[in-house]
Amino acid sequence: SASYDLSASTFSPDGRVFQVEYAMKAVENSSTAIAIRCKDGVVFGVEKLVLSKLYEQGSNKRIFNIDRHVGMAVAGLLADARSLSEVAREEASSFRSNYGHDIPLKHLSDRVAMYVHAYTLYSAVRPFGCSFILGSYDKDDGPQLYMVDPSGISHVSTHTHARTHMKEMTCREIVKEVAKIIYIVHDEVKDKAFELELSWVGEVTNGRHELVPKDVREEAEKYAKTREQADSMFIVGSI
Amino acid sequence: YCLNDSTSSQISLHYGYTINKVIQVHDRIFSCMAGSLADAQAVTKAAKFHLSFHSVQMETPPLVIAAASVLKELCYKNKDELQAGFITAGWDRKKGPQVYVVSLGGMLISQPVTIGGSGSTYIYGYVDAKYKPNMSKEECLQFATNALALAMGRDNVSGGVAHLVVVTETGVEHVVVPGDKLPKFHNE
Repeated sequence: SASYDLSASTFSPDGRVFQVEYAMKAVENSSTAIAIRCKDGVVFGVEKLVLSKLYEQGSNKRIFNIDRHVGMAVAGLLADARSLSEVAREEASSFRSNYGHDIPLKHLSDRVAMYVHAYTLYSAVRPFGCSFILGSYDKDDGPQLYMVDPSGISHVSTHTHARTHMKEMTCREIVKEVAKIIYIVHDEVKDKAFELELSWVGEVTNGRHELVPKDVREEAEKYAKTREQADSMFIVGSI
Repeated sequence: YCLNDSTSSQISLHYGYTINKVIQVHDRIFSCMAGSLADAQAVTKAAKFHLSFHSVQMETPPLVIAAASVLKELCYKNKDELQAGFITAGWDRKKGPQVYVVSLGGMLISQPVTIGGSGSTYIYGYVDAKYKPNMSKEECLQFATNALALAMGRDNVSGGVAHLVVVTETGVEHVVVPGDKLPKFHNE
């Protein structure tokens, strides 16, 4: 493995592309990003670690808006994620210009995944060191959730991944659960302070992706802090 | 609901053939051509291919607005070279039946009812007076046939055969009415 991992255009003898695997490690080492698809929308939550005393609240956002109806939460190298958010925005914008309507989430996810995949094919570039979750809500197609990883695969979210009762809950209830999960997985020993970034898109926002309002966020964090200890045994890992 | 007469100004009046100006661009979407028919045909064929590819990629039939937008992009981006306009109409599962107009320069708007072509100038009054929303299929066919008959009667470069298409969720129905079978009014 010493000499097969220097470029994305080289396979190892056992058929692995190490550069892509190393890119996925960058995601594993990042702090948690989570998104839950519920009955009437999608809620995003990100554990944003505060690494500097000069940190300003609300800066270095890890949740992006891609067009009005699509949200994107990222994990991994933030600079790579920012450049991909621009790619996603251009795809959504040119789709709207060509076809006159909102880009369907599956198509957006496939297009960005294809772009990410292209960077795993050549030695002149390196793969993107980030994974991201795309979510949207539409009156006709309902809430949808997709995830793209550094290898360029677009995964769709199916209900089997979430706990069964969550798919019957509304966005307002799920916001509290997302906050609780982030609080539980946050390791106070390893990382000190963090800011919780929360956003949602659903019937509650009329299909627009927005950051959660201050009062809803405060209520969610209050719930998270009280339930953190009691429910921590049910949570398994992060993305 | 799409309708059209079948002449292309002087040429076909001399040679006596009829031209189909209502083209199916997808299963439930039709486009009526206007302007230079050569340009309109070329644009329609390009749009038909584009839409077919788009719908395979999306794994779902295209929206009517998508079809109209594809035509619009072609008309707008090539406005210096083209003289073609379209009325695109059809049915999709999101918004049901819709009518869109793409004008010569590439403006795209949605309307409940619209008319175009040289003969249309004679029937603005008729359409404005007689159109009402939520007509039944029969009322609509009668309204459209009358409008066409009046236009074809007055406009010397319109005539031939009246071609109507009825598009619904369940299917497509073509109605062809030869000129002599059209309703007669007092202008003849």
